[in-house]
Amino acid sequence: MNRLFLFLPLALFAVMAAYFALGLRENPGEIPSQLIDRELPAFDLPPIQGHETGLASADLAGEVSLLNVFGSWCPPCAIEHPMLMQISRSGVVPIYGIDWKDPPGAGTRWLERNGNPYVRIGNDAEGRVAIDLGITGAPETFIIDRAGRVRYRHVGVITEEVWEGTLLPLVEHLQAEEMP
Amino acid sequence: MIAELGQFALILALMVALVQSVLTFVGVRTGDPAIHGFARAGSIAQFVLMLTAFACLTVLFAVSDFSVLVVAENSHTDKPFLYKLTGVWGNHEGSMLLWGLILTAYTAALALSAKPVEARLVSLTFAVQSLVTAAFTAFLLFTSNPFARLWPSPMNGQDLNPLLQDPGLASHPPMLYAGYVGFSITFSFAVAALIEGRVDARWARIVRPWALAAWSFLTVGIALGAAWAYYELGWGGWWAWDPVENASLMPWLAGTAFIHSLRVMEKRDTLKAWTILLALMTFSLSLAGTFLVRSGVLTSVHAFAVDPERGVFILGILIAVIGGSLALYGLRASHLKPTGVFSEVSRESTLLINNLFIGAACALVFFGTFYPLFITTVSDETITVGAPFFNATFNPMMGVLFILVPVSGMLAWKRGKLKPVLRKLMPALVAALAAGVLALWIADRTPIAGALGTALAMWVGIGVLIDIAQRLKLGDIPLKASLSRAINLPLGIWGMAVAHFGLAITVFAITGVSAWKQETSAFLMPGQSLQIAGYTVELDDVRRFDGANYVAEEGRFAISRGQRDLGELVAERRFYPVRQMSTTESAIRTRGTGDLYISFGEPSRERGWPVHVYIYPFAMWLWIGSAILTLGGVLSIADRGRRSLTARKTADTTDAAREVTS
Repeated sequence: MNRLFLFLPLALFAVMAAYFALGLRENPGEIPSQLIDRELPAFDLPPIQGHETGLASADLAGEVSLLNVFGSWCPPCAIEHPMLMQISRSGVVPIYGIDWKDPPGAGTRWLERNGNPYVRIGNDAEGRVAIDLGITGAPETFIIDRAGRVRYRHVGVITEEVWEGTLLPLVEHLQAEEMP
Repeated sequence: MIAELGQFALILALMVALVQSVLTFVGVRTGDPAIHGFARAGSIAQFVLMLTAFACLTVLFAVSDFSVLVVAENSHTDKPFLYKLTGVWGNHEGSMLLWGLILTAYTAALALSAKPVEARLVSLTFAVQSLVTAAFTAFLLFTSNPFARLWPSPMNGQDLNPLLQDPGLASHPPMLYAGYVGFSITFSFAVAALIEGRVDARWARIVRPWALAAWSFLTVGIALGAAWAYYELGWGGWWAWDPVENASLMPWLAGTAFIHSLRVMEKRDTLKAWTILLALMTFSLSLAGTFLVRSGVLTSVHAFAVDPERGVFILGILIAVIGGSLALYGLRASHLKPTGVFSEVSRESTLLINNLFIGAACALVFFGTFYPLFITTVSDETITVGAPFFNATFNPMMGVLFILVPVSGMLAWKRGKLKPVLRKLMPALVAALAAGVLALWIADRTPIAGALGTALAMWVGIGVLIDIAQRLKLGDIPLKASLSRAINLPLGIWGMAVAHFGLAITVFAITGVSAWKQETSAFLMPGQSLQIAGYTVELDDVRRFDGANYVAEEGRFAISRGQRDLGELVAERRFYPVRQMSTTESAIRTRGTGDLYISFGEPSRERGWPVHVYIYPFAMWLWIGSAILTLGGVLSIADRGRRSLTARKTADTTDAAREVTS
């Protein structure tokens, strides 16, 4: 009995390793979302410090848009940020932001420093909306169509390639679609 | 040419590591006496080869050879020279090469310092260490080659991430790695001990300096990381329970438990299997930490398979090293029989409690860090684990542990008596309660946490001082006699006292910085001012200027308190055009009682510059506390023990005789 007990660390590690192997199989950018082709969960978030308007799910209807989840504490978000600024400057599609689990004012300061690519920003300090959206980490970006449905979910940093190769074509396709 | 030379050195290092490992295992098995010298020479050869490879990459960065992929992706001709050099490890490939260099440096250090004792054990350690080196070099060569060429080569590079262009962050990875990798030596010793099926107080004596060295480096590395976050992020955040930070905290916790249980093993010849397990766990966590973080796995939880090939390789190494050692543990740990007995009240039992608490805390951090990954893997459900979780679980656990710190130090080994110890600690208890009440009274912000933190810090700090005073019989005997007792006190005891005192200071500083911080912000035009905690901060003017590879805006602030003029502070905002990123250089006025911390943002035309001012009480003591903590570790390394290892030749020969007969 005692001897079997000594194998316990190995058994625990085996479980861990199995999970890592499972995690490895998944393509990081495309974790399927239960939300695909469903309506965005309803939310109404307060503004971040120093901003006047917050973000409600209703704001996203009527136009194809990106919904980006970020946080000032998140290093990959800093890497993604210049790309978002570029998209925002190009004016192709409006970007809405959800500031996820930031201490009060941190998001505002971050945007002041790095520039603000977002049309409106909601403050999800407790992470409630992020849970509804199924966010597993920042940054994450959703493509929302005119009807306010989630059409695509990108997990991780939007790189030049992701934007040119996947997101932009989809956005243009959705923009060309007739209003249902 | 230089790149090819570097690559060739790496390939040779892989070969030497493989050959050395296999031959040493065989040599130990057949009892060939020449094998020890061979293993030592091989270890030094590996180090020289890795050093060559590293030097090559450094030269490539120094001369900005953009035909090499990592240089093109992470450097720029305009970058200051210092950051060209530190840029060598500011990227995945280069940092992995640094990891490998430090790994072989430790092996070489062992080869150069190994005393002629326990030759079999040390040879086996070299063999295990070389296996790790081989796995690692293969990983470098096959999936993260730092010398890969880029064709056509660009005119200029993409620059280093500006957040990394900071002296603090430049020195952070080498320190952190020196800590992580240092535990490879204790790991290899543990595996060697398992193969031998024998571990004793002498093993603990040989391993202890390595464990303490690694622990000290890791402490410095973590403190540097926290300092970098504090100074660079622009809002004074020094610890955020971010997965990357947790990855360095876990080996630190396991390592802390390890150095404590090592002490029990050395003194009492017990807790053997547990200590070995801790040695394996500490390095496993270091390994998992480096790999998962550096490969981008943990930065964003699901980025595990950024590069699928690399991910598989990483998993393979983790399974081989961690799984292999744990399997060996399961097979052999029952051979490690303790001889010492435990009584309920003794120093070893308090150290065991220490181990259980730190182990549980480590498991907690592990759970909090990996849980989101587990959940997403098996279902679509999502759970986020953040600072509130850790604050609510980790902090109380540590708090209870700290209560034990002074008690443990004063209890005797074997059979201690609790009552006299508690009586001696009475002044510390009184001081702790008084400090807690005082903190409650002075500060009206989050009073409970602040009061508890202060009381705990006081309890540990005063408790350590009482312990030392007792040992020196301060006041009971003439001062001169106390002084000579102080000189004769083993360095290990001094190390313990200093480290625990540093812990007390750190706890106090953490309490100050988190429970009593104040902040305010406002839009300011030049000439306007804001008030915080009695200070007046006036924006004098803002001026633009060009740096080496950035443009910057510099804000000058006049600080005053009441009528007193306290001088000027300068904060900066920098923009790096190549990477399209901005960074903040906050202005900080550091005093013993706290920091005044100013940063400012992008201006709005009508309202002026947004200025954020924070008061971080006792922030400076975070760094002083962790420095003292590290000093404690370093002092203990210097402790040679009462009897030196080589002086025990007789014991050695009896050991050898036993080995021959068994």
